[in-house]
Amino acid sequence: MKLLNKSIKHLSISILGIVTIWSVFFYVNMLKEIKRSIDEGLENYKRIIIQNAIKDPSILNKQYFDESFFTIHKIDKQHAITVTDSYSDTILLMQDADDAEPEPEPVRMLITAFKIDNQYYQLKIANSMVEEDDLINELLWDVIWLYTILIIGIVFINNIVLKRLWKPFYNFLNQLKKFHLGKTQTIPETNTNIKEFTDLQKVVNTLLVHNIDVYEQQKEFIGNTSHELQTPLAIATNKLELLLEQGSLKDKEAKNITEIYQVIQRLVRLNKSLLLLTKIENKQFLDNQTISINTIVQQSLHDLEDIITFKNITVTVEKISDLKIQMDATLASIMISNLIKNATFHNNENGTISITIKNNSIKINNTGPGSELDKKVIFNRFYKSNLKKNNTGLGLTITKAIADLYAITINYHYKNTSHLFELIFFK
Amino acid sequence: MKILIIEDEQQLLYHIKESLEKEKFLVETASDYHSAYEKIFIYEYDCILLDIMLPNGSGLELLNELKKAKKSENIIIISAKDSLDDKLKGLELGADDYLTKPFHLAELNARIKAVIRRKELNGKNTIEFGNTTLVFKERQFFVDNKLVTLNRKEFDILNYFMSNKNRLITKNALAEHVWGDNTDQADNFDFVYYQIKNLRKKLVKSKVTFEIESIYGVGYKLILI
Repeated sequence: MKLLNKSIKHLSISILGIVTIWSVFFYVNMLKEIKRSIDEGLENYKRIIIQNAIKDPSILNKQYFDESFFTIHKIDKQHAITVTDSYSDTILLMQDADDAEPEPEPVRMLITAFKIDNQYYQLKIANSMVEEDDLINELLWDVIWLYTILIIGIVFINNIVLKRLWKPFYNFLNQLKKFHLGKTQTIPETNTNIKEFTDLQKVVNTLLVHNIDVYEQQKEFIGNTSHELQTPLAIATNKLELLLEQGSLKDKEAKNITEIYQVIQRLVRLNKSLLLLTKIENKQFLDNQTISINTIVQQSLHDLEDIITFKNITVTVEKISDLKIQMDATLASIMISNLIKNATFHNNENGTISITIKNNSIKINNTGPGSELDKKVIFNRFYKSNLKKNNTGLGLTITKAIADLYAITINYHYKNTSHLFELIFFK
Repeated sequence: MKILIIEDEQQLLYHIKESLEKEKFLVETASDYHSAYEKIFIYEYDCILLDIMLPNGSGLELLNELKKAKKSENIIIISAKDSLDDKLKGLELGADDYLTKPFHLAELNARIKAVIRRKELNGKNTIEFGNTTLVFKERQFFVDNKLVTLNRKEFDILNYFMSNKNRLITKNALAEHVWGDNTDQADNFDFVYYQIKNLRKKLVKSKVTFEIESIYGVGYKLILI
C-alpha cells in the first residue's frame, strides 16, 4: 500500500471516530443549552402569570392547557410548602400543520407554587421543545456531510500537498532502485530542504559509500586471493613438471610424484572454479547483451565433439524456437556448457543426449549410469555423485549461481535412467 | 633467441628459466619494476614474459612505456589474475598473448614459439623435426616431403609436441591445450590416451623418424628414434 493511500486510510478512520465522539458531545451540549434557554423563558413566563393573576384573579381558575400553555390549581398550605421550582420533560398532546390529529409531543414543564390572599396555588407552565429524534436525525445528516467533505478535502490535500512534499523522496527511491553496486558510478541525490529527507539521504549515502568501499575491498581481496593461491600452485606445477622430466626417477618415485602432480592439478581447477563462483556471486559479470541460446548450445557441442565421438554418444538437438535472452555472454556460455559437459561426461558409452530448445526453456536430457541424484543437494557446493572422484563438484553450483543471478529457474528430473536438467527463462 | 622474464616470485622465475634454457633460449630475468624497466630499454629481446603485479609498479605500466617508446617486442603477460579487464587492457597495450597462472611449462613453450614465429619477418612458418615438416599457414604435415593428412585435433596435438621437442608434456597440459577448459573431468585421460594411440598409428604408418614416448603414465615426450 502506498504511503498516500495508507495515510488517507488512517485519517479516514480516526476522523470518523473524532466526528462521532464530537457529535455525541455536541448533541448533549446543544440539548442542555436548549433546555436552559427554554427554562429561562418559563421562569419569565411564571413571573408574568403571577403578576397577571394578582391583577386579574379570573386566571386562577385556568384548569387546562389550552391556548395559553399553563394551568393553575388550588393546593393546601402543607403541599405548597414542599413545592420548589421544578423543570421536567414531559409529553402533551399537541397538533400542528403536519399532524392529522393531536399527537404526543415533548414539552418542557415548570411546576411551581405561589400564594395570593392566603390561598396557595400550583402553577404548571409548559413550552414545546425540540423533538429529540428530529434533532438526532438532522444532526446525523450534518455529520455525514461534514465527514464526506472532510474526507474529500483530505484526499485532495494529500494528493496535491503530500505528493509534492514526498516528491524528493520518491525521486531518491527511484535512484536507489536503479543503483547497482559496482556498476552505478554516481551516488543517489535529490534536492530538498526537508530535514528528514536530507537526513535519510545522508544516512543512505554513508551506507552506500561504505558498501562501495567494502565491495572494492572484496574485489581486491578476490584478486589477491587469486594471486596468492595461483602463484604457489604455479610453482608446484612447474616444479613437478621439471622433476618428472629429469628421466632419472625410479618407477615408485615417479608414481608418487605423478600422484602429487594430479592432486595439485585438482587444486588448480578447484581454485579456478571457486574464484569464478565468487565472482558470479559478487555480480562482477553484468555485461548484458542479447544472447542466442541456440548458438551457445551449438558451440558447446562443437567443443565437446571429440569426446562425444569418443564415447559414441548420440546427440539430438530439437530447436523448436530461436531462444534469445538478455545475459552476460560469458556467464550464459558457462551456464549452458556446464550442463552439456555434465551430460557428456556423466553419460554411458553409446549413450544419448537430447536437447530441446523452446521459446522460454531449454531441456538437456541424458542417459547415465547410477541412479537419481538428490534434488535437494545437487546444486550445493562440492556435491558429487559417488561415481567420479576427480570432479571439482562445483559445475552445477556455478550453473545454479548464474541462473539465480538472472532469475532463471533450474529443475532436475529423473526418469527411466535418464537425467533431465531444465532451464526456464522469463518467469 | 633472447628472452626476458619479469616475475617477482623467485621460484617461479627459476623454473621458467630452467625450462626455457632447455629450449636453448638465452634467458635474462628481472624481478621488480625498476630492473625490468632498465633491461627493457637497454637490450633487445625476442620475447618478454611479463608479470602484471610487480614490486614498485605494474606490468601494465611497463607495457605503456614500451608502447610510448614504440618498441615492438613480443610480449606475453603471465598473470595470476584471470580477469577479462586485465586481459583486454594488456592486449590493447600491445601484449601478444596472455597466460594465466598456473600454467604448464609446455604451454608456455608453445605460446612463446607461436608468438616469435608470428612476428618473424622472413619467417618460414614451419617446424621441422626428424624427417617431418609442419606448415602452419596451410595446416599441413609432410613426411619426407610427402603430404600426410591429419585432422584438426591431430594437427594441434602434433604442433604442441613439436613446440616441445624432447620435453615432457603431461596429459593435463595436452588436454587443456587441445581441448580447452572442457577437460577438467577425470575420464578425459582415457580420451587423451585414445587420441594419442590413433596418432601414433598414423605416424608409424607414414614412417616418421620420431615417436611419442609415454613417460611414467603422467604424459608423453616427442623423441627422435
